[in-house]
Amino acid sequence: MKLLDYVRPHAHHEDDDAPPVPTSASLGLMACRHCAAVWKGAQDGDACARCGTRLHVRKPQSLKRTWAFLIAACMMYIPANMLPVMITRTLFGAQYDTILSGVIYFWVSGAWGLAAIVFIASFLVPLFKLAVLFLLVVLAQRGSTWRQRERASLYHIIEIIGRWSMLDVFVVSLLTGLVQIQGFAVITAGVGIAAFGAVVVLTMLASLSFDPKLSWDSEEAQALAQEQENQHGHENRDEKPA
Amino acid sequence: MKEVPDTVVCPGCDAVYACAPLHPRDVARCPRCGTELGRHPGEQERRILPLTVASLIMFAIANLFPIVEIELRGLTSQTTLVGAVMALSAEGMSAVALLVLATTILFPLLQLCILAYLLVPLSREHRPVGFALLVRAMQSLRPWGMIEVFLLGVLVAIVKLSSMATVVPGPALWAFVALTVLLTAVLSFNPGAFWEMKFRPAGQADDGDSSGSGGGGGSADRASA
Repeated sequence: MKLLDYVRPHAHHEDDDAPPVPTSASLGLMACRHCAAVWKGAQDGDACARCGTRLHVRKPQSLKRTWAFLIAACMMYIPANMLPVMITRTLFGAQYDTILSGVIYFWVSGAWGLAAIVFIASFLVPLFKLAVLFLLVVLAQRGSTWRQRERASLYHIIEIIGRWSMLDVFVVSLLTGLVQIQGFAVITAGVGIAAFGAVVVLTMLASLSFDPKLSWDSEEAQALAQEQENQHGHENRDEKPA
Repeated sequence: MKEVPDTVVCPGCDAVYACAPLHPRDVARCPRCGTELGRHPGEQERRILPLTVASLIMFAIANLFPIVEIELRGLTSQTTLVGAVMALSAEGMSAVALLVLATTILFPLLQLCILAYLLVPLSREHRPVGFALLVRAMQSLRPWGMIEVFLLGVLVAIVKLSSMATVVPGPALWAFVALTVLLTAVLSFNPGAFWEMKFRPAGQADDGDSSGSGGGGGSADRASA
């Protein structure tokens, strides 16, 4: 691993025991989220001169959008777990399976490894994602500096594991396409799987619209304010009341 | 608006760093938040086009042949991925059918086609039409292709059925396994590297290519920065 050096234009502050980390916001820079080009003197909403993407200091309306997707996902989470995701009709009658009854079926029939995989991917991961996003959004909104490094790790984790919740959607789709032996066994998809797919897509959209930079802003804003205070001293304070 | 060269802004916490040349197998991470800032492209650039073509072939096999066949009291039933999507939409589950279609067929195919379209002219140092739009599309599509999740889904479905009927794996199942492995290699290629290629002046294009293969060239090192 190669560490990169901080750009340190404010070298005269090095006597402080913990100098603030220079950020693009504090230096007046803007980075393109697609091609990573860094621009000086760009306005929010300008197009990147290299790839044409609109430049923003932070993802626009990040917290509002994340809240919207998060609340929608929470609402869909209830039908996703209560309604049947798969209906099996055999000669002996119909069987309605929910996400958890599918897990229990695997567990009882001795396929413990599979039961664990499905339980983690379909039940724990969405729940974990909702909880983490809720935590991240609330803390970012309050400008909290609490455990920022761990919050960044949590964000990385939910970005990686989120997609694996689609597992049950694919299982049900394949079984629906495959088990169509009229008269003997027919598997159809239940409404629950639509709600479940919606939860996965909505949580993915929520984590994509959340800007992880917001988790670090409070510290920066404080550091920046302190820096400006150090630079301008008492003069500004006297002028401000106007 | 002026470009600041050799600088990278951490997408995770907004910290600003000066780019340092990366050595082979180096991965640069933000020391503050742990987000990956860039990695050495290695020899990948020249391997990526053959891998993309191989993926497209596997993709065709995976979608044209049945994935599994079941046998129950002399009756058989089989399905392809498209067949499963059709069965879902026939039952009125159009939204779910669309989701499956997009994440397992449409998006991975689009990613592979865009990659092939961009890479073939690049070997002749020529920038194709719609370059910027397509690279951005590739970067946006990244989280939404879910072939590997689908493969795990197929395995779960097979185990689920094995207690009820005889399950015979079809040729597409093996193609999906191969496709998952190939896609992992293909998609580890950072599309951000395209932006650096674009900026090479036409006259220096040949130099840029040779320095990339040598592994020590400055412009290649900053490919993802």
